Amino acid sequence: MYDGIMAETIKIAGHGGDEIAAYFARPLGPGPYPGVVVIHHMPGWDEATKEIARRFATHGYSAICPNLFYREGPDASPDDAAAASRAAGGAPDERVVGDVDGSRRFLLSLVNANGKVGVIGYCSGGRQTYLSACRLPFDAAVDCYGAFVVGSSPEGFPVKMEAVVGLTGDLSCPLLGLFGAEDQAPSPEHVAEIEAALKEHGKTYEFHSYEGAGHGFFATDRTMYRPEAATDGWQRIWTWFDRYLAS
Amino acid sequence: MCSYVTEKTDIAGSGKGPEGWFRLNSATVYFDHPFHAPYEHTLNIDFVDNTAGPGARVAVELSAESARELVRCIESALAAAGPAADVA
Repeated sequence: MYDGIMAETIKIAGHGGDEIAAYFARPLGPGPYPGVVVIHHMPGWDEATKEIARRFATHGYSAICPNLFYREGPDASPDDAAAASRAAGGAPDERVVGDVDGSRRFLLSLVNANGKVGVIGYCSGGRQTYLSACRLPFDAAVDCYGAFVVGSSPEGFPVKMEAVVGLTGDLSCPLLGLFGAEDQAPSPEHVAEIEAALKEHGKTYEFHSYEGAGHGFFATDRTMYRPEAATDGWQRIWTWFDRYLAS
Repeated sequence: MCSYVTEKTDIAGSGKGPEGWFRLNSATVYFDHPFHAPYEHTLNIDFVDNTAGPGARVAVELSAESARELVRCIESALAAAGPAADVA
């Protein structure tokens, strides 16, 4: 099977029509291909997240990763932009939803799109995935250890993270959740609380918590990387998206 | 965990980045995942000029133990300087 891909930074219309940068990786075959919006983690629009986008492309998905910190530093390095965003209180939820929606619409506009779009995010992007899947029409979602889906950041913190579990009734698609059993944010208790909300609202979901893994176990460039959990997690992601995003 | 624990304060002074010295007016202090240091969590400090764009930043990522030792050293140096440190 032909496996060529192309990956590049492009400009798309984000929240409020703002032009923002996004990393776009797609298969070069005729398609049709499903789309995936990849939401980066708190450390920003970095090399590791772009690698994830390319990985989706090699598996037959058109993937786009919007730079949620673009406005804080259009030409800044990812770490500088992430630092500026943190100092400014983080990317506002409304703006994130607008940027994710712009990404979703972009994927649907592709001539070789199959009409299905999923969303996946890591760390803060996990919470933003949950938020986006409740606010926007997606076909499948994957929350990788998103903190503050339940609970909010403490009073007085410059970085504002409001709980989004209250939106669960509006969740638009099946949700896969991948967590580390040793994580404290989200802790196993937090995960149980999210699961209870999903059950209450009769949503389709599947949760997996990995023993011996904490936060960030997918991050190959960090000490928290746990290959066994990450390998199993990737397999579950492919199964999930194949099930809900196939033509 | 992703702590999001963040403190901010105004500061006065200068720092040196890739382009040379520049004035600093703000510091962000947080205990969270590092970009570069080989630890799960570090005490991170961004010394910035928030009028000059995201690149006007001097960043450090310290192990918790070394951050505490640094605090002790700073307090010790300021105490040893006596009255001079009160008016600088």
